[in-house]
Amino acid sequence: MTTRKTELMVGLFVILTIAATLLLAINVANKGLASDDQTYTLYAKFDNIGGLQPRSAVRVGGVTIGRVDRIYLDPEDFTPVVVLQISSQYNTFPDTTSVAILTSGLLGEQYVGLQPGFAFDDPYILANGDYIEDTKSALVLEDLIGQFLFSRDSE
Amino acid sequence: MIQKIIDIGHNTLNTIATFGRAFLMLVGALCAAPKIKNVRLTIQQIYVVGVQSLLIIIVSGLFIGMVMALQGYTILVNYGAEGSLGPMVALSLLRELGPVVTALLFAGRAGSALTAEIGLMKATEQLSSLEMMAVDPLRRVVAPRFWAGLIAMPMLALIFSAVGILGGHLVGVDWLGVDAGSYWSIMQATVEWDKDVVNGIIKSIVFAFVVTWIAIFKGYDAIPTSEGISQATTQTVVYSSLTVLGLDFVLTALMFGIN
Amino acid sequence: MSKDNHQYLVEVNNLTFSRGSRTIYDDINLRIPQGKITAVMGPSGIGKTTLLRLIGGQLKPDSGDIIFAGESIPNLPRKDLYETRKKMSMLFQSGALFTDISVFDNVAFALREHTHLSESVIATLVHLKLEAVGLRGAAQLMPSELSGGMARRAALARAIALDPELIMYDEPFAGQDPISMGVLVKLIKALNAALNLTSIVVTHDVSEVLDIADYVYILANQKIIGEGSADEIKHSSSPLVQQFLQGNADGPVPFHFPANDLTQDLVG
Repeated sequence: MTTRKTELMVGLFVILTIAATLLLAINVANKGLASDDQTYTLYAKFDNIGGLQPRSAVRVGGVTIGRVDRIYLDPEDFTPVVVLQISSQYNTFPDTTSVAILTSGLLGEQYVGLQPGFAFDDPYILANGDYIEDTKSALVLEDLIGQFLFSRDSE
Repeated sequence: MIQKIIDIGHNTLNTIATFGRAFLMLVGALCAAPKIKNVRLTIQQIYVVGVQSLLIIIVSGLFIGMVMALQGYTILVNYGAEGSLGPMVALSLLRELGPVVTALLFAGRAGSALTAEIGLMKATEQLSSLEMMAVDPLRRVVAPRFWAGLIAMPMLALIFSAVGILGGHLVGVDWLGVDAGSYWSIMQATVEWDKDVVNGIIKSIVFAFVVTWIAIFKGYDAIPTSEGISQATTQTVVYSSLTVLGLDFVLTALMFGIN
Repeated sequence: MSKDNHQYLVEVNNLTFSRGSRTIYDDINLRIPQGKITAVMGPSGIGKTTLLRLIGGQLKPDSGDIIFAGESIPNLPRKDLYETRKKMSMLFQSGALFTDISVFDNVAFALREHTHLSESVIATLVHLKLEAVGLRGAAQLMPSELSGGMARRAALARAIALDPELIMYDEPFAGQDPISMGVLVKLIKALNAALNLTSIVVTHDVSEVLDIADYVYILANQKIIGEGSADEIKHSSSPLVQQFLQGNADGPVPFHFPANDLTQDLVG
């Protein structure tokens, strides 16, 4: 009967849609990390965040371990605070860890790079809500050019 | 002068009356207790509007993904940023092209067919005949088609986006030599499920509602003559396309415009 | 129920109906006797089909009432109207078969919608109905494969599927060749007798319908201009009725659509 064929085709249509959704969920949106609620929060104060945006990646040696959750200005000392959402499986960073705002490629996206510090005997491990003290601000092209010209002037 | 004002008033009243009829049709069709029989009719219609539109959706998605990769590559490579090809293709497809192009193709492929079918059923007295057989054509003819459109179009949009991203991979990675790892990983780092994919699906559901509604109403309200039906079919495509594009701007502004 | 209701299945009382500014019916009265064939005749374009739609409740009159089997059709709530419609059926001018399903499924349609009969009982019933119109062999054909006359017979089989009390025929003879016409005339008469139906035949084919009709109404100029048995109508003294029966081009029913005086229009 025609209805059986119809139902078969509609069934295949549904399967195709599920396949497409899975592709989008896993391969494209990487839902694995984004939906994983097992994250903890670290804070970092920078003098200048450059073009860093919420949702930018947090990487260690190129491996994405988290995301920038939000960025706000500390109302007391007027410095930007970046809230980092880090996957819980990477929860053993010592407090000597430094953090920098880096750029992928010349004009690529800005991301937060974490540089784990040396772990001397029994260091303090960064936990949820801690501030990373050692921060390096974003490179701003205008400042860089200014410095370059200034140093040439003084020669 | 007074005649012009009369004309304006006349047209306004006509427009309001048309919206009223369209609204009543929808209420009449959807305010019915769902029956097992109607589920089967809806599946039948999903076949007609969904499965039969698959080919055009897949082919269009593939080519649009390929073209975007090609265009994007030639621009990005100037800045050494061809690694961003993945997110560029994926974001444009998920946020805009998937829902919008699917809606436009759907209006042309399935919407016009719906209008013509229902218009002809009206012209050949099949709708009247249903009514006289004590079967409400709103529930029997209109409702299954409406639900089918509403269900099928977001599915088509998802398939469109997925195929487009694969098409982008085909051109970007396999042909132009962008690194496969960076194509996927930068895409993964940039695209977010809730913000990008889900918003795209919401857009698509809104478009599905509007396009199917226009298509069915234009058929149901068509003047039952050859000219009437041909006019209604044309209007379906024109009105749905314009509405989709207009709504797309509004939705985009609401979803992505304000941080 | 009063005796009246047994005699008349449908009563149309003081019906007035207009479309836009054009009046279709002006205060007409009709009685359709139970178990008989009643013909409603009149020139094309005076809204004979409209009358059937009014009886079927698809249109609402401006004023007046329509009583079907004791129920006032214009005042019925929607649900009851649909319930009442199961007792009537209509044969549309075009046949109005559902073009996407076979003849068999067309006839089975109402049975599947409104009854909980098993598929084998439905098949038996459908074959009986198709046998009655002589199309049992065409059960698996699609409507597009039928000739005009066959399509109308298939539609007739569909119309009697639920064993209604009333069948309304909308121009059943229009555009048929003489043989199909003869077949349809015979079928209408035979079905009416066999199923104890009440039939309303709306037509402008005078000679065919006068052969089978028990009672005749002639409509023109928004009014009923003549009524009576077939014989009474044939010998009517009314010039209007005679013009219609003889088919004279001009007479009390004017040849011209109402217009301004020609000389006035030409001279401006």
